[in-house]
Amino acid sequence: MAENIICAENLVYKKSEVLTDRVMHYCPGCGHGTAHRLLAEVIEEMGIQEQTIGVAPVGCAVLAYYYFNVDMSEAAHGRAPAVATGIKRVFPEKYVFTYQGDGDLAAIGTAETIHACNRGENILIVFINNGIYGMTGGQMAPTTLPGMKSSTSPRGRDVQSMGNPLKMTELVAHLPGTYYVTRQAVHTPANARKAKRALKKALEYQKLNKGTCLVEIVSNCSSGWKMTPVQANQWMEENMFPFYPLGDIKVPE
Amino acid sequence: MHGLHQLCSGLPRCGYNGLSCEIIVSGIINNFIKAMKEIRLMKGNEAVAEAAIRAGADAYFGYPITPQSEVIEYLMAENPEERTGMVVLQAESEIAAINMVYGAAGCGKRAMTTSSSPGMSLKMEGISYLAGAELPCLLVNVVRGGPGLGTIQPSQSDYFQAVKGGGHGDYRMIVLAPATVQESVDFVKKGFDLAFKYRTPVMILSDGIIGQMMEKVELFEQMPRMTEAPEWATVGKKPGKPAVVVTSLQLQAEEQEKVNLRLQAKYREIEQTEVMYETYQCEDAEYLFAAFGSAARITRKAMELARAKGIKVGLIRPITLFPFPYQAVNELAGKVKGILTVEMNAGQMVEDIRLGACGKTKVEHFGRFGGMIPNPDEILAALEQKIIGG
Ligand SMILES: Cc1ncc(C[n+]2csc(CCOP(=O)(O)OP(=O)(O)O)c2C)c(N)n1
Ligand code: SF4
Repeated sequence: MAENIICAENLVYKKSEVLTDRVMHYCPGCGHGTAHRLLAEVIEEMGIQEQTIGVAPVGCAVLAYYYFNVDMSEAAHGRAPAVATGIKRVFPEKYVFTYQGDGDLAAIGTAETIHACNRGENILIVFINNGIYGMTGGQMAPTTLPGMKSSTSPRGRDVQSMGNPLKMTELVAHLPGTYYVTRQAVHTPANARKAKRALKKALEYQKLNKGTCLVEIVSNCSSGWKMTPVQANQWMEENMFPFYPLGDIKVPE
Repeated sequence: MHGLHQLCSGLPRCGYNGLSCEIIVSGIINNFIKAMKEIRLMKGNEAVAEAAIRAGADAYFGYPITPQSEVIEYLMAENPEERTGMVVLQAESEIAAINMVYGAAGCGKRAMTTSSSPGMSLKMEGISYLAGAELPCLLVNVVRGGPGLGTIQPSQSDYFQAVKGGGHGDYRMIVLAPATVQESVDFVKKGFDLAFKYRTPVMILSDGIIGQMMEKVELFEQMPRMTEAPEWATVGKKPGKPAVVVTSLQLQAEEQEKVNLRLQAKYREIEQTEVMYETYQCEDAEYLFAAFGSAARITRKAMELARAKGIKVGLIRPITLFPFPYQAVNELAGKVKGILTVEMNAGQMVEDIRLGACGKTKVEHFGRFGGMIPNPDEILAALEQKIIGG
């Protein structure tokens, strides 16, 4: 019986050609995997696999080049927008994206992020905001919420002494160099569909040479947050979304 | 190579110069070449910038710092985007600049950056990544006195940083030390060639004297920019081929050790093949000076003074600081009564001279530092005091 079901007309979903067959190392339920899939699908649908060059960060997605079946460069921590600038400047006709976590993009790489956006580099920045340093074991990130516990804010983030969470996406939206800035999530099918549309728009805009597109994806880190994936998604909805509201922040006129 | 140096050292112009030798060899070629070559009076930094355009560089990323800002100023004024299609961008920092170089180099392009000491310190993480990912690039450090913000005056105190590492991990880079504006120009071309031959960062270790002074230079002709990307470059995935990845990451220690072994094998090959140095009046020398870059030029004057007093002293000028001419130093050490290194630092290259001399003769150091430039009289006095009298 089973073999009769597996046929072309019954095919409703398949793995993108732009993803490799490698088993992802991400924790179960982590948003990184979904975000990868969506971006890969967009690249496939646009037929730009051979014209795309990606830049991986230092963070949980450091091995993103194992999974994206496109040419990729692995940047130093925080420097992905500078690396992408170098690539895009010598290959203006290619599609260039960075894929970065919040520590990478909003702490150590703040200057590179702001200046790439301010110059209006024609690149896509995919920004995974999980409010924590996932890779190094759950330390406080620039995006960690007030009162949120992490291994370096064990009593909760005290904004008086530890500073406030940084809304990098709103910040770069103010810059004249950015063209399209949006905040999305990927934890439900509906959100994933919206996020995919945003990623597609951003890559399509790259053709116009109008400036930097930044797609933030508010994501979970069940390991860093010390929750089950289900709890993490719920906690994200209740705590992260009010502080980091989803939706477009800057859209082309 | 050695014979060539011997020939060149007889010429009035100080320094290694392949072209000068050609001219001696053939007058006909001389006239022909002269017709094609362009001779200009140029400031060291501007000459480097012009050489970069002519060497077919694809991209320059930099950040202003004295005493090398003329490089980016010249490039911006010259607008090489129109001349050759070369990209020039002022980055937000030296860190950004070196990472832009990393991105462009990963695309198989001839990418470069220039800076001076504090800025070079900022680039070190990036240089280590370039070395680890085996990417070619050209770096120029127009050294100024340190530590810290130091001074904008010339120095050679970044020798250790350039030659012994600087960034993290077991990597080396080829280091070329020019003594003239002409060499600065020639080494831009040579530097790119070596960088691509070995897929490694190459540094021109210059200083504020060479960067700022004006000298006559013979500019080589415009070379075409590369048209074909090497197979290791990220240019967009080719159909039917695996995607290209530029990375310095290998989480498995066994794999990372293999990477290191490959790098080390490359460095040994460089040591075998690429050593460059110049000797001067070593035939009858009883004593030896060792100096690189500007210090070597000043030392030549000290030699004149010494020889006028009847002191037979020669000079070895390492041109590649990595690979270092240990063998040549070793041979000379066996023939002289002592070696004095003259450096614009507190004693850095002297350690390599000692390694080369291997106890065969006494090795001492004389230096001025913090931006001070030694004068020939004090160099001669140091020779008499530390080597001859000591
Ligand atoms: C220069 C440097 N500093 C620190 C680190 C250590 N480090 C690796 S990943 C990371 C944080 C990554 O967090 P984030 O960017 O939020 O990504 P996530 O892992 O959460 O996806 C840090 C601090 C490093 N690799 N390099
Ligand atoms: S540590 Fe967090 S961000 Fe990293 S893979 Fe696990 S859940 Fe995802």
